[in-house]
Amino acid sequence: MAQTATNPKGMTFGEAGSALAFAALSFLSIIIAAKAYTPEYAFHAYLFAAAAGAAVFKIVDRYYDRPAELPPLTINGKPNYNMGPVKFATIASVFWGVAGFTIGLLIALQLAFPALNFDSAWLSFGRMRPLHTSAVIFAFGGNVLIASSLYVVQRTCRARLVGDIAPWFVVLGYNFFIVIAGTGYLLGITQGKEYAEPEWYADLWLTVVWVAYFLVFLGTIMRRKEPHIYVANWFYLAFILTIAVLHLGNNATIPVSIFSPKSYIVWSGVQDAMVQWWYGHNAVGFFLTAGFLAIMYYFIPKRAERPVYSYRLSIIHFWALIFLYIWAGPHHLHYTALPDWAQTLGMVFSIMLWMPSWGGMINGLMTLSGAWDKLRTDPVLRLMVVSVAFYGMSTFEGPLMSVKAVNSLSHYTDWTIGHVHSGALGWVAYVSFGAIYCLVPWLWNKERLYSMKAVSWHFWISTLGIVLYISSMWVAGILQGLMWRAYTSLGFLEYSFIEVVEAMQPFYVIRALGGALFVAGSLIMAWNIWKTITVGEEAAEAPALQPSLMAAE
Amino acid sequence: MSVWARHKIFETNSIILIIGVLIVIAIGGLVEIVPLFYLKSTIEKVEGVRPYTPLELAGRNIYVREGCYNCHSQMIRPLRDEVERYGHYSLAAESMYDRPFQWGSKRTGPDLARVGNKYSDDWHRDHLANPRAVVPGSIMPSYPWLATTELDADHVSEDMKVQAHLGVPYTPEMIDKAGSDIRIQATTDAPNADDLVKRYPGAQVRNFGGNPQKVTEADALIAYLQMLGTQVDFKLYDNKANVR
Repeated sequence: MAQTATNPKGMTFGEAGSALAFAALSFLSIIIAAKAYTPEYAFHAYLFAAAAGAAVFKIVDRYYDRPAELPPLTINGKPNYNMGPVKFATIASVFWGVAGFTIGLLIALQLAFPALNFDSAWLSFGRMRPLHTSAVIFAFGGNVLIASSLYVVQRTCRARLVGDIAPWFVVLGYNFFIVIAGTGYLLGITQGKEYAEPEWYADLWLTVVWVAYFLVFLGTIMRRKEPHIYVANWFYLAFILTIAVLHLGNNATIPVSIFSPKSYIVWSGVQDAMVQWWYGHNAVGFFLTAGFLAIMYYFIPKRAERPVYSYRLSIIHFWALIFLYIWAGPHHLHYTALPDWAQTLGMVFSIMLWMPSWGGMINGLMTLSGAWDKLRTDPVLRLMVVSVAFYGMSTFEGPLMSVKAVNSLSHYTDWTIGHVHSGALGWVAYVSFGAIYCLVPWLWNKERLYSMKAVSWHFWISTLGIVLYISSMWVAGILQGLMWRAYTSLGFLEYSFIEVVEAMQPFYVIRALGGALFVAGSLIMAWNIWKTITVGEEAAEAPALQPSLMAAE
Repeated sequence: MSVWARHKIFETNSIILIIGVLIVIAIGGLVEIVPLFYLKSTIEKVEGVRPYTPLELAGRNIYVREGCYNCHSQMIRPLRDEVERYGHYSLAAESMYDRPFQWGSKRTGPDLARVGNKYSDDWHRDHLANPRAVVPGSIMPSYPWLATTELDADHVSEDMKVQAHLGVPYTPEMIDKAGSDIRIQATTDAPNADDLVKRYPGAQVRNFGGNPQKVTEADALIAYLQMLGTQVDFKLYDNKANVR
């Protein structure tokens, strides 16, 4: 960069364009708020107006504060990484994680003690449960994915993120979507489709944010200094692309009016069910699996200081996983009014999916070859390795439950809830905790985490929590399934429905206890992260720029 | 050049990688979803399934709003215990006008696909206000505000317009009369009830929510619950004709 050049300072096209777009959005939102059909929708329109207005102010303010030249792409030949948005998303993930786990604990307690619904619309289970699932999947998981992907893509490409405002738009815009979605559930604004509850305007907003995310990610890959795209980036790319396709397909709705929060989906009945579970299962497959496998492929080798076990296995793993996952949706609809041929396809592909899943698990675990001793000394690595083990366990359990005979018992029961949480707590949350514990010292340039002992406590407390959670739900679910189909010797159904509900009480209490332990663990993490950032010892030198990530042949 | 070396083309060219991913993820979804729209056997031919009345539609939207689907399924599987507990297994035709579908995925509470006419309106009112008043072991939340909140009936005709646009057989007459149909259906011994029933065969007309002064959300929700699973007459239904 020629520092002597005296270019006159001017707004970039991005600054001027986005400031204008936000100003227009703010204006439009105020009109909508004035004519909104419901006060809840007016509240959301005001939120949009305020956020867009704040964005205009921030863009202009930032322009006046910044030097005439935008930050350089490289400094002294080294990439000038853009870590501000990554830091924000990392902190946001910790915040949303604690919030989402806590809401989960509340709804677990509501099932054991219904008085905790407080006879209130906002706090009733039917509105809180989507709040919990969205908070943990999209707010916690989504921020972990955005933070880690924007970090990993810069590091493995040795290139600064594309865009000046765009990366901030992705991170802040995504979190604004979370706020709109979450407050919407509390106010009763929902599409009524599991894991796709946000209404049409939130979906539209997310679409814009997601396209920006895709472009920032892809643009950074195109800017890479390395000839090859690293394997973690294949998974991130597949995650971003496929979630976009799924989001558009499952949220194809027509709003009643631009002044109404309500919309109707273009698919109906059996077709809507198929589209929903094509989306729903691949939100698991691509959001909660492919994205977090990308984390596994970067953070485990990095932390263990070992190359990925097998390059060829990662190629097979990648293509087989993304091809097979898409087919698995109908296993959520066994014995329903969905045609049999579709159910059978779903079951067959779900069983085949076991193989690439375990291929990925083996690739992750075997990366520790020659470094197994680190499990004794490094609780962060222990978190990530146990997460891969949980991944293996729940990707075995999933195909098992997709077999129609098993599903006839397990479907509609708490077994499903237990299965989901062995994946969500054991795999997704643990690999996320590992990534956060890695990222924070790297991002804030600290020598190490504030307390390794606290990481160890986090690990053991939450592991105990997971064990209580999934074992109680296994017992509850199988008991439920068996009681529903139990017959007396005279050929009558043995139990009324309410007797089965009453039988669940002790298991719901144990589950809530497990959840409480998991929340406690996450609070220890939040404290540790805060201490690391505020009083952690500064790193002696910047971490090495060239990660040793080449896969072993 | 080994097969593995050929993979280099994906690893060194992001656009080719993107195209590859898109092709690979498209196949499964296309094969499973597209035929459902043109295979005639997907939805059985059944007598009796009609679009929701405006009051039922408003009630259904309250069911969606409160997230009832988080605990109640509306899909009876063809398994012995389910058919004996809940009634005839669910047909695809019975949810052909459902946007969104509400089959559910969890039975924390019982299936509701055929709950219509199983309990009295009084029972539903008491149950919604405080489930434990009628089912002591219930863990369902209470919904006391439904019986006191006036139903927003101003925009139902717009909802029906959108649905008609999507192919639901709502006639212009039905849409025009949506507002008055709501009041008629929620009134016991309403004078124009016959017209309404002509438009919506089998519709139940009475005060559902217990407050004759105004149409409440309880009226709408209970009207919806009382029609669930009642449209098809299974004494006449020939399940052999629809073997798939």
